[in-house]
Amino acid sequence: MSDDFDEISEPELSDDEEALLEEMPTLTGVGQTRRTFLGQTIAGGLGLFALDLLALEKAFAAVSSSPAAAVAAGSAVENLLKVVLKVNGATKTLNVDSRVVLLDALRERLALTGSKKGCDQGQCGACTVLVDGRRVLSCLTLAASVEGREVTTIEGLAKGDELHPMQAAFIKYDGFQCGYCTSGQICSAVGLLEEARRGDVSHVTEDVTVTTTRLTDDQIRERMSGNICRCGAYPGIVAAIQEVHSGRQTQHTWRFVDEDQLARVRKEDADETV
Amino acid sequence: MRPFNYVRASDPNAAARAVAANPQAKFLAGGTNLLDLMKEDIERPSELVDLTRLKLNEIKPLTEINKNGGVSIGALATNTETANHPLIRNNYPLLTQAIVAGASAQLRNMATNGGNLLQRTRCQYFYDTAMPCNKREPGTGCGAREGLNRMHAIFGWSDKCVATYPGDMANALYALDAVVRVSGAGGRERTIPISEFHRLPGDTPEKETNLQHGELIVAIELPKSNFAKNSYYLKVRDRASYAFALVAVAAALELDGGTIRQARVVLGGVAHKPWRSREAEAALAGRPASEESFRQAAEAALQDAKPLAHNAYKVELGKRAIVRALMRAGKLA
Repeated sequence: MSDDFDEISEPELSDDEEALLEEMPTLTGVGQTRRTFLGQTIAGGLGLFALDLLALEKAFAAVSSSPAAAVAAGSAVENLLKVVLKVNGATKTLNVDSRVVLLDALRERLALTGSKKGCDQGQCGACTVLVDGRRVLSCLTLAASVEGREVTTIEGLAKGDELHPMQAAFIKYDGFQCGYCTSGQICSAVGLLEEARRGDVSHVTEDVTVTTTRLTDDQIRERMSGNICRCGAYPGIVAAIQEVHSGRQTQHTWRFVDEDQLARVRKEDADETV
Repeated sequence: MRPFNYVRASDPNAAARAVAANPQAKFLAGGTNLLDLMKEDIERPSELVDLTRLKLNEIKPLTEINKNGGVSIGALATNTETANHPLIRNNYPLLTQAIVAGASAQLRNMATNGGNLLQRTRCQYFYDTAMPCNKREPGTGCGAREGLNRMHAIFGWSDKCVATYPGDMANALYALDAVVRVSGAGGRERTIPISEFHRLPGDTPEKETNLQHGELIVAIELPKSNFAKNSYYLKVRDRASYAFALVAVAAALELDGGTIRQARVVLGGVAHKPWRSREAEAALAGRPASEESFRQAAEAALQDAKPLAHNAYKVELGKRAIVRALMRAGKLA
């Protein structure tokens, strides 16, 4: 995708949306026109748009008199923040409600939908991204609080068409089934590699006063415990991480069937559904 | 989540002033617990004062304050930074073990030391806004007292609240005689011994610590410790990783040959605060470091336990966990 936009560009409006736009109350003093406001909310469709409108109107209702509101970057309205995010090397400027967490900013405002919303309360790891190289949960991180920090999402790991080694290894070892947790797993695994290089300890480190940078499979399992996979693709995930970490290849206990074998099986079983 | 005003603090005094000026304001550090509770509509701050740009993340020798040595841990150092710092790994391995026994790698990368001390209970009745909870809404009653209380307290509870303090880090800090340094709105600092930091529920379970509103934790200070060689953090939970403790034990021994000079035994997951067992410690002092001594200490520690309907198992589990942790600390297992 293009990295050079600062705000989602003004969308083509349908007749319904044009009609709605005309009916909208004027939002004054919020630092944006009705049209760009609509542009920011339109991506989620009209249903979400209505919800957004409701939430934003509530947010705009109370005009702050506190001096603290001065940090709201030129806005005289409580809760509206201008936030400059650095995502995958590009600088993005967004006007967000203070409640917006990084995950929603990425998905709903920057169209970076690789990061997934699983539990939305820090228990599943599907929203894992890297901030300044460290893996964190974007669902429990306010967009405003990571202003100026380097955010890397799953979309930022590959170099053009060349996959990040961790992405390639997940494919090689079949480290997923439905794929919903995968971007979080991969971002988490990339963060794990750096932690291992630094010699960080874990719950299964035998002696925390001794520094080791080589991880056993048990170490990888413990260090990945914040990423849940309902499909149970854990053996492939551990194998993928181990290979990128140490170069050690895990023997496949399965392989893809080839066309000849498939034909033989069909003939033997006379079962066309195989 | 309810609307709130977001403020980024430029220095600790300004942060403390901002929160002190608004009874509904809260400090924001790692946010791992606070944002979760805000999404659940349990925490309802009208203002968040973001501390994350403050330079309160240093981990350094304490010599400038205390000539006897020790280490000062910045309140805003992350759990990961703290657990892996050479000063902590080498001098307070019990703290490192406790920190990495908690949460997940992502959460430890976000969570700060100050925030960790202030994390709130994971009692399901506290989280469920359809249920009564004296901690969440004082005066409404306690859902857990007669409800499902398998995870709840066996020490120090009251009729108002039977919730447990969920953390691991603080259990080690109690064993290591840590001191919490806090700064008030006027920049006036004071220190709180860790043992007086958290409160038992009594009649005011909504009040969990002895911090005043607007007081900011700036550092946690660890005195020089003789426990580095013989300490162990044992956490027993429903699965091997990423779960809260059913029972945890922070065990530390200072040995003179085969004799225990002094000991620390702190239980987690059993009370509204980390539960230091002075009874167990007294039973260990001067005794040989042996399984027999450890068993007697464990009996002493659990003697006054008052289990609820569903957590009597914590009494036996607590005893065995103490023995096991002391065996590991004494390198006898």
